Amino acid sequence: MTNDYSLAELMICAASEAWRGDGEVLATGIGLLPRLAASLSMQSSNPDLMMTDSEAWIVSEPVPVGPRGGYEPKRETWMGFSRIFDNVWGGKRHAMVGPTQVDRYGQGNISCIGDHAKPKVQMLGVRGFPGNSISHANSFFVPSHNKRVFVDGEVDMVASIGYNPARLPKGYSFDDIDIRLIVTNLCVLDFQGPDKAIRVRSLHPGVTLEEVQANTGFELHADAELPVTPAPTAGQLALIAILDPHNLRARQLKDNPPGVRASLAKTGGAA
Amino acid sequence: MDKRMSPAEIVGQLEDGMTIGIGGWGPRRKPMALIREILRSDLKDLTVVAYGGADVGMLCAAGKVRKVVFAFVSLDFIPLEPYFRQARETGVIEVMEIDEGLMVLGLKAAAMRVPYIPTAIGLGTDVLRCNPELKTVEADGREWLAMPALKLDAALLHVDRADRRGVCQIKGPDHYMDDLFARAAARTFVSCDELVDTDFFHRHPEEARYVFWERSETSGVAEIAGGAHPSACAPLYGFDVAHFKEYAASVKEEGGWQAYFDKYVAIGEQEYLARAGGFDAIRQLPLPVF
Repeated sequence: MTNDYSLAELMICAASEAWRGDGEVLATGIGLLPRLAASLSMQSSNPDLMMTDSEAWIVSEPVPVGPRGGYEPKRETWMGFSRIFDNVWGGKRHAMVGPTQVDRYGQGNISCIGDHAKPKVQMLGVRGFPGNSISHANSFFVPSHNKRVFVDGEVDMVASIGYNPARLPKGYSFDDIDIRLIVTNLCVLDFQGPDKAIRVRSLHPGVTLEEVQANTGFELHADAELPVTPAPTAGQLALIAILDPHNLRARQLKDNPPGVRASLAKTGGAA
Repeated sequence: MDKRMSPAEIVGQLEDGMTIGIGGWGPRRKPMALIREILRSDLKDLTVVAYGGADVGMLCAAGKVRKVVFAFVSLDFIPLEPYFRQARETGVIEVMEIDEGLMVLGLKAAAMRVPYIPTAIGLGTDVLRCNPELKTVEADGREWLAMPALKLDAALLHVDRADRRGVCQIKGPDHYMDDLFARAAARTFVSCDELVDTDFFHRHPEEARYVFWERSETSGVAEIAGGAHPSACAPLYGFDVAHFKEYAASVKEEGGWQAYFDKYVAIGEQEYLARAGGFDAIRQLPLPVF
């Protein structure tokens, strides 16, 4: 096994696991790294996935990111926005999105920071978060794991429904909500703690539970023994190089850190 | 029947306080020439319903807007629309912030002439808290959000081509929700890059496949070459990245909007085209790669 991979590549591989076992669903990765993660899954762990060209067509193979040169997307089905909603409401989709805030319930926010009536910072708006979160599986991608993202209390504007008993609509149960993974620059989280509590699933090489907890605004569930997030395989790295021929992934995380922290790499890898 | 109108005649049909739907999506296929015509007019107190881009931002900047019904307002490569953001953060506009799909259902309800469409979308979120007018109903032992009809007094759309009777063709990869906007509106006004004779649609049977609503939904047609600029009208032209950057940068300058308005809006559409580099240059704008 090699230590010669970037944190971005580690996160792509960890995030691609979100779609394993999903079968024939539409995979949507919002942002470059989640899109590469979905693309990688379609080319490895789940070839039955469907993806779009991020414009208006389902393609038979993931479209490499960035300038296309002579590459023509292999379009197989028209998939304009109106049909995307038909798909969303039918439930055969798993999206990986990047909320600006996430709380202990898995509620996400991309709408605004501060009071909704007069926000401190107006962001995108709720977009499709409310409908996605009540209709199909969702995972989150958080490139900078800190307490501004993983907030104490609730997110400022609950754009996506989470496992919050106080907000559960009448007649609904947690079984109607399906949040799978949260992939961050420090770790992978899931919702398999007690009563859907957020649980540490694996730590990236060299990251401690203490560091993750110190950067999270609420208490995380964690087993005594925590696995290390698996390193990318040579096969995965080769696929990523094809899916991202211009190495745009190197520009997504500040300073493009290595997958194995430098201090560890010198001493021969993670303990 | 001849539905041709000038942009000024179209805007002359609009009144203060109206609810106006605007087609397109973010920086794509927005009826920007008609928006500029509104910016030059005395219209005010509009409620705007849109998958918003610079259309919403400019109307906010010019003080034309009382309320925005939106799920997002974005220029894509500039994620946060500068003047919409400014309007929100200074609290000068009312909003109804809803999910993208709720907007589909609201337009569909208006088009179907039903009061609401039940859905799970929005349940458990602050969309309900921030919009007290949204009610829930019960069926099958469950709560559902009753998305009310978003009835529009008028819709403004931009299409690739149309004939004088209001047969509209969108040749780009996506017609977005333009058909729903047309059906949800009491009257729909369309700008087109090219006005064609009806026999254009007869020459190749597939041309009619790119017509997404019947002409009875179209009230008026204005031929405005480059009328979507600076937004895209694929496959004719992409969006104007340099222009959007200049527009977005203006928000940071004292009197920035007024300077943009003086340079690009006040001067009228013919001079606008010239200052935007000319129609030939617009037609050369590369299509976006997503």
